[in-house]
Amino acid sequence: MSNLQLLFDAPVLLVQLIADGILVGSIFALAAYGMALVWGVMNVINIAQGEFVMIGGYVTYTLYSLGVHPLLGVPAAAIVLFVLGWAIYRLVIFRVVDRDLFVSLLATFGLSILIQQLLNQIFTSDVQSADSGLDTLFLFDGMVTVPHIKVVAFVLTLAIAGCLVVFLKSSRLGQAIRATAQNARAARILGIDTDRVYAATYALNAALCGAAGALVVMTWVIQPFQGLAYTVRSFMIVVVAGLGNLPGVIVSAFGLGAAENLAGFILGAEFQIAFVFGLLVVVLLVRSHRLKRQRRYLK
Amino acid sequence: MTAAAKSPAKSPAKSSAKTLATYAVIAGAGLLGPLVLPAFTTQFAFLWVMVTFALTWDVLGGQMGYNSFGNVVYFGIGMYVCAVVQVAPFTDLAEYNSAYGTQDIGLTSLQYYAGLGAGCLVAALVAVVVAFVLGSGILGLRGHYFAICTLGLGIAAGEIAAGIDIIGAGSGMVTPLYPGEIGTRNRFFYYLCFALAVVTFLALRRLYAGRFGLAINAIRDDEDKAEAMGLHTTRYKTIAWCIAAFFLAISGGLVGNIVGFIDPTDVAFAGATFGVWMVLMAILGGKGTMWGPVLGAAIFHVTQELFWIYLLGWQRVALGVLIVLIVVFFPQGIIGWLRERYPHRFGRRIEAASGEAEEPAQ
Repeated sequence: MSNLQLLFDAPVLLVQLIADGILVGSIFALAAYGMALVWGVMNVINIAQGEFVMIGGYVTYTLYSLGVHPLLGVPAAAIVLFVLGWAIYRLVIFRVVDRDLFVSLLATFGLSILIQQLLNQIFTSDVQSADSGLDTLFLFDGMVTVPHIKVVAFVLTLAIAGCLVVFLKSSRLGQAIRATAQNARAARILGIDTDRVYAATYALNAALCGAAGALVVMTWVIQPFQGLAYTVRSFMIVVVAGLGNLPGVIVSAFGLGAAENLAGFILGAEFQIAFVFGLLVVVLLVRSHRLKRQRRYLK
Repeated sequence: MTAAAKSPAKSPAKSSAKTLATYAVIAGAGLLGPLVLPAFTTQFAFLWVMVTFALTWDVLGGQMGYNSFGNVVYFGIGMYVCAVVQVAPFTDLAEYNSAYGTQDIGLTSLQYYAGLGAGCLVAALVAVVVAFVLGSGILGLRGHYFAICTLGLGIAAGEIAAGIDIIGAGSGMVTPLYPGEIGTRNRFFYYLCFALAVVTFLALRRLYAGRFGLAINAIRDDEDKAEAMGLHTTRYKTIAWCIAAFFLAISGGLVGNIVGFIDPTDVAFAGATFGVWMVLMAILGGKGTMWGPVLGAAIFHVTQELFWIYLLGWQRVALGVLIVLIVVFFPQGIIGWLRERYPHRFGRRIEAASGEAEEPAQ
């Protein structure tokens, strides 16, 4: 709590924390958007989301240890995860898409455990990161430091989000995805191969997570068991923003990043993850309370 | 195995004789197990703990249709509270924990047993209170929102426990030494675990047979209708969670003493092991049935021990595969499958069967 006093004494720290949070939050936005896509189109909540992020990180880390520049890991991880996502859909997810929600929830939960343990087995439980070799920007006489890599991550996220919007709006597959999200049965009648659309959506989601993971390994660290935090963050962001609301997802991701950073500073870094999970509970409670009030007023 | 499926159709006298025989066999095996195979006493104790896990998970997950990934919270709370109650009256808690178990508080037998008893009792009460407070808030959430909320809860609890210094923070806490030799200790805790599993089973069977069972089944089948019929659904849901928390907390207190060392994230709030196993065992045996969780726990525990022996290092990966396979191909569980009396093997035709499996499971 003494840090709170520090914050009042040096307001410039606040700028640092919030800027940092927003830049990191942009990475959360990628994974969250993938989750919103799968949720909206397939009605599956993918608990393995965070594990995809971790796999993306490990792909980049592996390339990095082979001497490839980690920034090239972003497209590489996206491609690897796209293929992996497609494979997982063909092996597991397509069997649970039309079943009730608990089955798909439990199945992706099982997937997440499986991936965690596989990563742990292959890469051990050590914390890993990849150095992008980029400079750090100093503002306000060095009071505020912004690593370039975070700015790169921020710009990349916005660029990818922009591409996604264009893709969903104008490409043939994007239109098919949106049609399936609106009404899968009608889409099938009109000749859309919904199974392929689902596969593409799931693979696309995995690719987004892969890109996010590549950015995480450069800005932060990865560890086989950290995935769940990303799943929860994505879920929280989507719940706050609502399905199919890309600007909302990005804004609430920024908000989460900043809030988390501030909380980590004030409460101490060891409570940052606990704060994320605690916030999830609060967000869900507020949501259910609001829904309840709406119901009361409507009827 | 087919006999178990047919038993409901038989005459009541015959089936009750059969049930009695089943109980007698299980009680006999439970009581004699550690005497016949003393080397496996701790493994047997964990078998009964697993049975308790699966049974308590099934209260919400099976009977009420609310998948909870966070039940391990009550297990962890029970473990910590019990250990604190055992230690705190005799020494300074903060000092005890900062010594990392090197401080021997040398309890007499009386102090130890009284502490353990009081610990389990207080643990259960604290867990019930926590379940009540959490439940009245969280159980207003429906379906997947509830599931993911509990997922967050389990992890948050572990992280918070790892940040509190007085209970040893990240380096954990050591439970008091048993005043006696190791063989007696193992047998003592074995019988406690066995008794707990039996009591849990009987208590739940009694509860399911009455109004409470009907109410939570109604919530599972159609919550809106149940509410419209005048059931206080949130109240029933909270009570159900409190019941699960009560038994889980006691099992937590016992396991803490069996293991002897409480690590916040690997033993107490072990979402990746105990937390997952609970779900898996109940589904494997057949969720929403009385014997399903028991059977699932027994089969799972044996498989798991074999995994541990033969798959050095890869056992947890194998467990992950197992979860996906069971959930995707065998969601109705063994008992559910037997009930349907389909002679086919696992796989292809489950697709058609799984839809029906939800209903007859009671």
